[in-house]
Amino acid sequence: MLTTTIISGLVLGGTYALIAMGLTLQYGIARIMNLSYGEMIIAAAFLAYVLFGQWGVNPVLGLLVAVPLGFAFGYLVYGLMLRPLVARAASRESLEIDSILVTFGLLFVIQGAMLVAFGSNYTSYNYLNVGIDVFGAVIAANRLVALGLAVVAGGALYLLFTYTLWGTALRAVAVSPRSAPLVGIDVNRAARFAFAIGCGLAAAGGVVISTYQTFTATAGVVFTMKALVVVIMGGVGNILGALSAGLILGLVETFVATYLDPGLTLAATYLIFLAVLLWRPAGLFGRSSR
Amino acid sequence: MTLKSFGSVLFFLVVLAALAFLPFYAGEYVVTLMIGMTGYVVLATAWALFSGPTRYISLATVAFFGIGAYTVSVLSETLPYVLVLLAAALVGLVVALVVGLATLRLAGVYFVIFSFGLAELVRQLVTWYEVNITGTLGRYIFLPVTSDGIYWQLLALAAATLLFSWAIGRSRLGLALKVIGDDEVVASHCGINIAGVKLALFSVSAVIITLVGAIQAPRWTYIEPSMVFNPTTSFLTLIMALLGGVDRLWGPLLGAIPLFLLFEWLSANFPNHYPIILGLIFIAIVFVLPNGVLAAAERIFSKRRGVTVPAANQGGAL
Amino acid sequence: MNIISRRSALRLIALATTVLSAGALTPVSAQERTSVKIGYALSLTGPNAGGTGITTLPNYQLWVKEVNDAGGLEMPDGKRLPIEVVEYDDRSSAEELVRALQRLATQDEVDFILPPWSTGYNLAAAPMFDRYGYPHLAATSVTDKAPEFVKRWKKSFWLLGGGHDYTSALAKVLVDASDKGVINKKVAMISIADGFGIDLVTAARPSFQEAGIEVVYDKTYPVGTTDFTPMINEAKASGADTFIAFSYPPETFALTQQVQVADFNPKVLYFGVGTAFPIYAKNNGDAITGIMGIGGIDATSEKVADYRQRHEAATGKAPDYWASVITYASLEILQEAIKRKGLDREAVSEEIATGTFQTVLGETKLEDNQLRDLWWAGQWQNGQFVSIAPADRPGASQPIIPRPERK
Repeated sequence: MLTTTIISGLVLGGTYALIAMGLTLQYGIARIMNLSYGEMIIAAAFLAYVLFGQWGVNPVLGLLVAVPLGFAFGYLVYGLMLRPLVARAASRESLEIDSILVTFGLLFVIQGAMLVAFGSNYTSYNYLNVGIDVFGAVIAANRLVALGLAVVAGGALYLLFTYTLWGTALRAVAVSPRSAPLVGIDVNRAARFAFAIGCGLAAAGGVVISTYQTFTATAGVVFTMKALVVVIMGGVGNILGALSAGLILGLVETFVATYLDPGLTLAATYLIFLAVLLWRPAGLFGRSSR
Repeated sequence: MTLKSFGSVLFFLVVLAALAFLPFYAGEYVVTLMIGMTGYVVLATAWALFSGPTRYISLATVAFFGIGAYTVSVLSETLPYVLVLLAAALVGLVVALVVGLATLRLAGVYFVIFSFGLAELVRQLVTWYEVNITGTLGRYIFLPVTSDGIYWQLLALAAATLLFSWAIGRSRLGLALKVIGDDEVVASHCGINIAGVKLALFSVSAVIITLVGAIQAPRWTYIEPSMVFNPTTSFLTLIMALLGGVDRLWGPLLGAIPLFLLFEWLSANFPNHYPIILGLIFIAIVFVLPNGVLAAAERIFSKRRGVTVPAANQGGAL
Repeated sequence: MNIISRRSALRLIALATTVLSAGALTPVSAQERTSVKIGYALSLTGPNAGGTGITTLPNYQLWVKEVNDAGGLEMPDGKRLPIEVVEYDDRSSAEELVRALQRLATQDEVDFILPPWSTGYNLAAAPMFDRYGYPHLAATSVTDKAPEFVKRWKKSFWLLGGGHDYTSALAKVLVDASDKGVINKKVAMISIADGFGIDLVTAARPSFQEAGIEVVYDKTYPVGTTDFTPMINEAKASGADTFIAFSYPPETFALTQQVQVADFNPKVLYFGVGTAFPIYAKNNGDAITGIMGIGGIDATSEKVADYRQRHEAATGKAPDYWASVITYASLEILQEAIKRKGLDREAVSEEIATGTFQTVLGETKLEDNQLRDLWWAGQWQNGQFVSIAPADRPGASQPIIPRPERK
């Protein structure tokens, strides 16, 4: 029982971590509080659905289409919509507010486009829905893919950020956007890349989630909120933080559902979240001053 | 009192009276429309009351709104209406104090997310309670309150909120708030009790928002958590206040009215493309009116008179 | 106070004159008319858009299209008037809904208003229909309180039964099976902590108790739950032959997949709303054979089969196997009542309450403003969600218990 709980908790947490990593990059490095993040996830889910349903492209291959598309979309959105806001922002606060407002608008645009294109129906399809025995716990293969992808993406990004010059530059921007230019870093370019990578990760998350979860065109905000909770818990801009906070959240939910009451899982999520915030206002892995 | 301010008070009273008599000469639909609009005017003004000076962006609006509606649904059969409203305000106050004490030390986006989480938490707890203790989720409100009655209550609340907001702006408290908003360190050096001031403001704003929920609730007859804890309410309130500009008394009001009418018009004329158009308008607002309608209007106005508004004034929307 | 009472007196007089003159003038104004205005406010966006888009909106569109293709709504004098639709989006907000309804009634002055989707929104809408004197055919509202509502709102009609009806029918199916010795009398059930799930589970507990069924696992989960492994494991360990989930569509889909993954094969599987959706069959193929749920259709009825075909041809999607056909029947009832009585809402309401109608459901008559001839439980058999309860109603299929093992 205990192993089953731990393993299904980790698998659930893998999903949370996966969707949170993109957001933490966007908010941590590009300084954009992207409220339309969930809509981007759903858009990718629809893409995977169409690819799979119409052309029989399996979702793992679908990733190869969705992720570059997500990246390109993010690159464009940043260049067209967000760059001017960054340029005119007088302070961090005013950029935060502008980005919340603008991405809130974007949320509606994407959602509206999906409603027109796909309607408001529940959408889902079946892929890799077979049980796999992991240390005695039976887990759906598609969920294992999600956990695997989360770990791989998290690990790769972590290595990239820690050991490459380019990654170091991105981190420098995250820590101190004002002084980064002094050492020759193109902050604008770094932010644009971080935002685009974030959208690529959102697309990856969307494709994977679509394999086991029913979605509707209007379900994006749920993902945004879950991702935000994980991002804040893990510390903004911190890939490993997002990964571990996601896993913790998954574990907590599964444990509460198993040993306490399934009705309290969401309440427990928010309580944990509040507790972390009050205990460490900058998140589990965040620095105390920003 | 100068002649000018006397004039504006008179104007305020005349407009208020004209609005109060609206149900006697306008159609029912107009009253309905005014209920929605006045509701959002109060929400936006109350939101700005706290968020304007402290620069905390709160998404907890719907938490209090829902608490108000729920209190009414629970107590409507057992207490007289006035006491029900009082009870709702009291519950809102208690929750605001508890939450405020715990969270007002969070800064920036942490508070944003926290306040959103609060709305979800309250909703989950209400749901859990209803499911496990009372065994039903929906509650019925059969109160003999007419649309007109709801409208008058909201109008009175709107007037009170504006008056309160105006009074604060002129009081010592308002000055303290300005200092806090500009620089907390300076504020604490001046001997301002920052935490106390924030808490007081948060509570007042929360109580007003709770009352809006309580007053509007009888219109829906039936209440369940997903209906009254709808996060859109928080977002719309925030957008309206920001559009108008939170630093000015009339800002939230001037943001709420046009946006509300716009939504109404959109949902009637473009029901299927409503979200797309709404989104584009949002984006446009951010680009064209970055500091709110009032600031833009003032800028145009002052340009015409050849006066330049100091740049610092336009610095941030918040 | 004085003013208010004088006002309400004035309003009463005004109302009375309007009603009287409307009654007297109907034939005249009907001749001058070129169209009939039908209005509705639905959740086209927001969280309720999913359900609205499956059950309610397509049927309204189908009906309007069919009526207008035939030249319009037939009036008592044989003349046909095309339908002019006034459509609003309530954005899944009760306040918007109430306002949109008032707008339809007082601003657009539509002739008839079609109801919104879901139990809660129909309840929120009921006072508005009542206040402005519109007949309210609540085709997607499940409530045990319908008999009370009918007294409160005279022109309201409740067409989808109450939670108790569904759970006692389910209890009967289970008792019948256990009397035959096919299953034990133990049930494991989970339910969503939201309107409908709670209604059903609170009705199910006494229903099962009366029937002598033991509930060995009974938990509630919150909206948005995606991982049911803990609950499935508990249910598996509970020794019950029956697993019931009073769930919403996203969880119904997730559960269907997750019981397969967990290789959980109870003899009876019953999932809440969503089992009756066409997409459910499309996604899960053979795996759903034998799964039970709310609703079901009469597999022997040609009318229903024909309706399903027209629905798919006109809207591009199949109707669900539960409330869709009821929704369509409610529109047919309205259409026929208008044909008999014209556009006088008072008379039309009276006709709906007392008349007998030929609809897609066969001969339909309301009892005490409620539709009681309903299918309470269905089961997937041969790619159709067929009705199995009440077993004695003509058209019912035999339940297959235990459900066939998956390959």
